[in-house]
Amino acid sequence: MASIGKIARRTFLIGAAAIAGGVAVGYYYYRKPYPNPLEGNLAADEATFNPYVKIGADNTITIIAPRAEMGQGISTTLAAMVAEELDVGLGQVKVEHGPASYAYYNSAILEEGGPFAFFDESMTAEIVRAGMGVVGKFLALQGTGGSASTRDGFDKMRQAGAAARQMLIAAAAQKLGIAAADLETANGSILHKASGKSLTYGAVAATAATMAPPAEIRLKDKADWKLLGKPQKRIDMPAKVTGAPIFGIDVTLPDMLYGTVKMSPRFWAKPVKVDFSKAGKMPGVIKIVPIDTNYGHGFGIIAENTWAAFKAAEAIDTEWADPEYPLDSAGISEVLKQALGTKGSVMRDDGDVDTAFADAPREKIVEADYAVPYLAHATMEPMNATARLKDGVLDIWCGNQAPTLVRQLCANAVGIEQDKVSVHTTFMGGGFGRRVEVDYALCAALMAKETAGRPIKVIWTREEDMRHDAYRPASVGKFQARLGDDGMPVAIDMTIASPSMITSTLRRLFPSISPLGPDKSIVDGAHNQPYTIPNYRVTGVAAPVSIPVGSWRSVGSSINGFFHEGFLDEIAVAGKTDPVELRKKLMAAYPAAVKVVEKVAEMAKWGEALPAGKAKGMTFTLSFGSWVGEIVQVADTPAGIRIEKVWIAADVGTALDPGIIEAQLISGAVYGLSAAISQEITFADGMVEQSNFHDYDAMRIFQCPAFEVAILENFHKMGGVGEVGTPPAAPALANAIFALTGKRIRTLPMSKEVTFA
Amino acid sequence: MRLTVDGQAFDVNADPEMPLLWALRDLMGKTGPKFGCGIAACGACTVHVDGQPVRSCSLPVGEVTGAVTTIEGIGTEGKLHPVQQAWLEEQVAQCGYCQAGQIMSAVALLDQVADPTDADIDDAMGGNLCRCGTYPKIRVAIKRAVVLKTAGI
Repeated sequence: MASIGKIARRTFLIGAAAIAGGVAVGYYYYRKPYPNPLEGNLAADEATFNPYVKIGADNTITIIAPRAEMGQGISTTLAAMVAEELDVGLGQVKVEHGPASYAYYNSAILEEGGPFAFFDESMTAEIVRAGMGVVGKFLALQGTGGSASTRDGFDKMRQAGAAARQMLIAAAAQKLGIAAADLETANGSILHKASGKSLTYGAVAATAATMAPPAEIRLKDKADWKLLGKPQKRIDMPAKVTGAPIFGIDVTLPDMLYGTVKMSPRFWAKPVKVDFSKAGKMPGVIKIVPIDTNYGHGFGIIAENTWAAFKAAEAIDTEWADPEYPLDSAGISEVLKQALGTKGSVMRDDGDVDTAFADAPREKIVEADYAVPYLAHATMEPMNATARLKDGVLDIWCGNQAPTLVRQLCANAVGIEQDKVSVHTTFMGGGFGRRVEVDYALCAALMAKETAGRPIKVIWTREEDMRHDAYRPASVGKFQARLGDDGMPVAIDMTIASPSMITSTLRRLFPSISPLGPDKSIVDGAHNQPYTIPNYRVTGVAAPVSIPVGSWRSVGSSINGFFHEGFLDEIAVAGKTDPVELRKKLMAAYPAAVKVVEKVAEMAKWGEALPAGKAKGMTFTLSFGSWVGEIVQVADTPAGIRIEKVWIAADVGTALDPGIIEAQLISGAVYGLSAAISQEITFADGMVEQSNFHDYDAMRIFQCPAFEVAILENFHKMGGVGEVGTPPAAPALANAIFALTGKRIRTLPMSKEVTFA
Repeated sequence: MRLTVDGQAFDVNADPEMPLLWALRDLMGKTGPKFGCGIAACGACTVHVDGQPVRSCSLPVGEVTGAVTTIEGIGTEGKLHPVQQAWLEEQVAQCGYCQAGQIMSAVALLDQVADPTDADIDDAMGGNLCRCGTYPKIRVAIKRAVVLKTAGI
């Protein structure tokens, strides 16, 4: 693992910015609080205690859950954190996303941005981690991602609820003339049991909000939790079963226009010839305008309805310039393969790998080449945003994972100050990392400049969405292992080459910042796994292909989980070791990992004989602070391979809502299996070949296996849940298919090599 | 042209080629049915025409001859359809975007088959994509809806 000296000498990349040193950011900024963005925007008779709590005189209690709800249940769990300490039921509160504000910075999103494994608790790692948290605040990223929302919110949102409760009690004590210590709270009221006197929170909210926040905030013991640790009814469920207008695409404003975009199908390429004559005359079309952003070039179609805009977009006749990257997938693969032979960044270097391989007998060597394709996010709700630019003030409505970025970049794009921009964050019809980008918001903001103050809802077609993503990067890996006489690996050398998602993200979001240092996402999921192998080297190489790439559910771990765990299965087979036993031995130094593997093996009855034509495969990946083991069972059927069952055991440290966590683990696995089975984004003539769900499909109900999930709480730090089910899914399937058929799948998608039922 | 949607009559001035989905969403204010693909490949836009499930993104509004029912017409938060009630009790939705279509497909299924088998569910629901992977819960919720319907809820 890296020493502090090494870190001081190099820089490394985190999130969307390069920070030299990482630990050098001043604590002054960290300590200085941001102003409460709810002040100055309160309803009559409403009081605010901190950025997370508002209470009206009528006892309407509003909790701000400032993370994007994209299906992961975060609005429910964050609200439960505040409600738990405020002593109110979830049914009693209103939950709002709140405004874009630096007060809602996410520090946890970057905490694991350093070059350390989650389990590395050396002083160096902890110092950098704390420094990263400070960086999170310094950059004031209000972001949802990195499976970090509960970890980020756990202390500060419980403290917000507890502080408000203590202030309410203090105000009630004053009003009733009773000592605060004699008062209790329940269901939004303050009670004095001895006298039977009670006051609602609303009755004292205005006074309480003027009191000084308590110097010491007392949080409940875990044993006293009423909401946390138990499955809650999701607050968004009633709206979602009635078709309520909660998504960005549902935004409807008076006098609203509609629009769509037609952006260059070759990334970054400009139009060289364009003919609007047909499109411009089509019924319902108002105006066609150029769009130029850091995401690329193209046109916006302003119309009276969405259909008219879609038809006109089709009718625009354009020729685009040549791309700056290889024209087709074969050319791109060649660049990736060449990158494997160039010097990279060594992100793990235990022992002496070169020496370990120098005298290795041929029969003790295991070698394999792996590859995975580009992937689109394909959220169910296509990209869209609604914008209104009126009297120098821009309002943007959209589902997004980074409201402060939307605000900043849209302000720049239309040439106004950030304080003239309001971002209204809606629920999202899926995010998976796609809505960290802001292209859809920029397009709408620029088109709103052309509508004389009328709002415009800009919806992309599915084809436009599929062909203009920030894709999960393609990646290739070259792996080598030396086995000892007992069949266990004594040395592993892994080199992974992939386009850098950080470099790509900076080009889109902050083109003035130069990427510095290694991009750890290239090796995430390979360099930071809890295996002890005497000689263990993992190298990442950034491959120069400029097709836009970004965060795709579980980011690097979605790639390297497949690489690492597929290769480990090959080592187990070559060394004649049971895959579960192999992992338990290599993980012996990490008891939480061993318990996860034991649990999933026990659930799946690993080792028991199966009927002919059925087989299982197992994997383990530590990502986003959670330790996850998965076992997939497949069956050979006349129609092809059927994925029958998936067992998941996950240690999340502290399980705040077991119902939501289970749903997320299954969701992550389905997302990973969908990609593994059939998804790939390929290129021809510089353009994405896939366009819609007929050629980029995902798992359907008739393909979906049964699931059994166990949630463990052995590790002493909390992990994330939104992404951690994804990385082990593809390799578990590949390992099961090997066990069933003897065919080792090293390249995704698997449908190129086997048929699925 | 004149359309009946969720029991209400609408006079719609639209290109007859415009898909029913966009007429519903942009011209009639019915945003319950969702746009997902535009080629009848994902089911997010599913509505009923005379009780039959159709993909409204690919049905020209000029060809609609029967009464249209959307997710907004089968129940309300105060009085849910048994399928919606089952979805709520099983906590099916994650992002929720596909669920209006899933629910409309499930309602049509249960109208035709009172007690569907797993194979019936696979057939009826296979056209409805969910990127959050809520399928196991959808299956359980359909079975719960059968019980709720039988109980007259």
